[in-house]
Amino acid sequence: MEKILGYFEKLGDTALYYLDQTGRMGIFLFFSVASIFKPPYKISPIIKQVYIIGALSVSVILFTGAFTGMVLGLQGYHTLNKVGAEAWLGSMVALGLIRELGPVMAALMVTGRAGSAICAEIGIMRISEQIDALDCMAIDPHKFIIAPKFIAGVISLPLLTAIFDVVGIFGGYAVGVGLLGASEGAYFSSIYSNVEFADVYMGLVKPLCFGLLITWICSAKGYFVHLERNASFGAEGVSRATTNAVVLSSVCILVFDYILTSLLI
Amino acid sequence: MSSEPIIQLKNVNKTFGTQHVLRGTNLSISEGKTTVIVGGSGQGKSVIIKHILGLIQPDDGEVLVYGKDINRISKKELREIRTNFGVLFQSAALFDSMTVFDNVALPLRERTKKSGKVIADIVNENLALMDIVGSNEKYPAQISGGMKKRVGLARALVLNPKIVFFDEPTTGLDVAKSNEIYRVFFKSQAQLGYTAVIVSHDVPKIFKLADYVALLYQGQVQDYLTPEEFQLSDDPIIRTFVETTMGQLYSSKSMEGE
Repeated sequence: MEKILGYFEKLGDTALYYLDQTGRMGIFLFFSVASIFKPPYKISPIIKQVYIIGALSVSVILFTGAFTGMVLGLQGYHTLNKVGAEAWLGSMVALGLIRELGPVMAALMVTGRAGSAICAEIGIMRISEQIDALDCMAIDPHKFIIAPKFIAGVISLPLLTAIFDVVGIFGGYAVGVGLLGASEGAYFSSIYSNVEFADVYMGLVKPLCFGLLITWICSAKGYFVHLERNASFGAEGVSRATTNAVVLSSVCILVFDYILTSLLI
Repeated sequence: MSSEPIIQLKNVNKTFGTQHVLRGTNLSISEGKTTVIVGGSGQGKSVIIKHILGLIQPDDGEVLVYGKDINRISKKELREIRTNFGVLFQSAALFDSMTVFDNVALPLRERTKKSGKVIADIVNENLALMDIVGSNEKYPAQISGGMKKRVGLARALVLNPKIVFFDEPTTGLDVAKSNEIYRVFFKSQAQLGYTAVIVSHDVPKIFKLADYVALLYQGQVQDYLTPEEFQLSDDPIIRTFVETTMGQLYSSKSMEGE
C-alpha cells in the first residue's frame, strides 16, 4: 500500500513540477514579448543577435539545404520515373521544401547551432550572477538580454528558410537534371506552374513561429537553469539545461509543424 | 541607533529544501552608516542581502526598504527602489562578454540619457577612483581577482547609489589586495556618503569599516552593536564568536572582576 501511495506521490510531484515549469515559461514569454514594446528601442543589440543567430547559421543552412534538395531530387526522380512523371520533379522538390522540409530542417539546424548557444549563454549569465546584477542595477533582463534574441529569431528564421529552399531547389536540379538527365525546362516550368502563393505563405508563417519557439524555449531554459529539476549548478547544470532545450525545441518544432500544417493546409 | 532605519527585516524565515536558513531574522540598517553582517559560513549572511535586493522571497516575514515591503510591491516599484542600490557581488558578476569600460558604462547607457562623451568621462573618473588605469579595453577574464572586485565596485557606484551592498568584498584576495579594496571603500564612501551593508568573514579587519556590527547565528541576528560594544559584549554567542575570530580579549570588566 505504501509503495502504491509513494508511486502516486511521485506522479503528483512530477505533474506539479511540469505545471510549475509550464506556468513559469508562459510568464517568461509574456514578459519577454512585452519588453519588446517598452522603450528604449535599440537597434544594435538586435543586429548583433541577427548576426549570431542568422548570419553565422548560413553555412550550415547552405550545406543541409543543398543535400536535402539533392536527396529529394534523387528519390523523386526514381519514384516519378516509375510512372513516367519525371517532368513533375521540380514541383515535387520545390513543394516539399517550401511547405515542409525547408522550415522544419532550417529550424532544427538553427536549434542545434544557435539555440544551444542561446541557452548556454543565458545559463552561464544566470549561474555567474550576471542576471542578478542586471536586476540589481534596475535593468530589465528581459529587455536587455531576451528581447533582442526574440526579434532576431523571428527575423532570421524566415530568411534562413528562404536560403534553404532556394539552395535545396538547385540541389534537386543538380541531381535530377545534371546527373540523372531530367528535362531542364520541365524542372523549372513545373515549379512555376504548381507553386502557389498559399505554399509560400505556409513556408513563411512556419519559420516565423519556429523562430519565436526556438528563442523562447532556449532562452527560458537558460534563464531558469537554477530551477531545473535535480539541478546541479555550474557547468553540469548548464550542459543539462542546454541538452533539454535542444531536445524540447526539436520536439516542439515537429509538433507545431503538424499543428500549423493542419491549420494552413 | 542615531539615524532612522532605511532597511528592516521583520521575522524573516527562509528554508531551502530541508535547511532552515533564516529563523525569524530581525535586522534594522541605519541610513548613512556602514553595517557589517558577520557570522560563520553557511549561516545565511548572503541570503539576507539577497532578500533585501529582492532576489529571494522570504517564506514569511517582511523585508522593508524605505518603508515598503519589497515582496508586496509591483515589479515597477521594485525597479524604482533598486535604482538606489549598488551591489558588489562576491564573484563581482562582471559581464564577461563586455570590456571593463563597457561593464562600468552599462548602467549609465541603460538608465540615463547621457551622451557617449559624458558617459566616457564618468566611467574614466570612476575607474580612476578605483585606481584602474589603462585596462579599459580588457575583458574580465584578462584581469586579476582584485581588479575584478574594483571594477565591480566602480560599476556599483557609477550612478551614485544611496545604498551599496558588499557581498564578501575581500574573499579570495590576499592581504595586500584586501587592503586595497578597503582603501577604495573608504575613499569612495567619504566622497559619495552612501549607506553600506557589508557581509564579510574578514574579522577583525572589517570592524574598522563598521559603524554597526550584526552577528548572524543559527538564522537569527544576535545583536546590532557598534564594533566596540560588539567586542566587549557579554552575550555568550557574541563572546564566543569574538574569541574564536580575534582571540582572548582583555576587558577590564570581564577579566579583572574574576
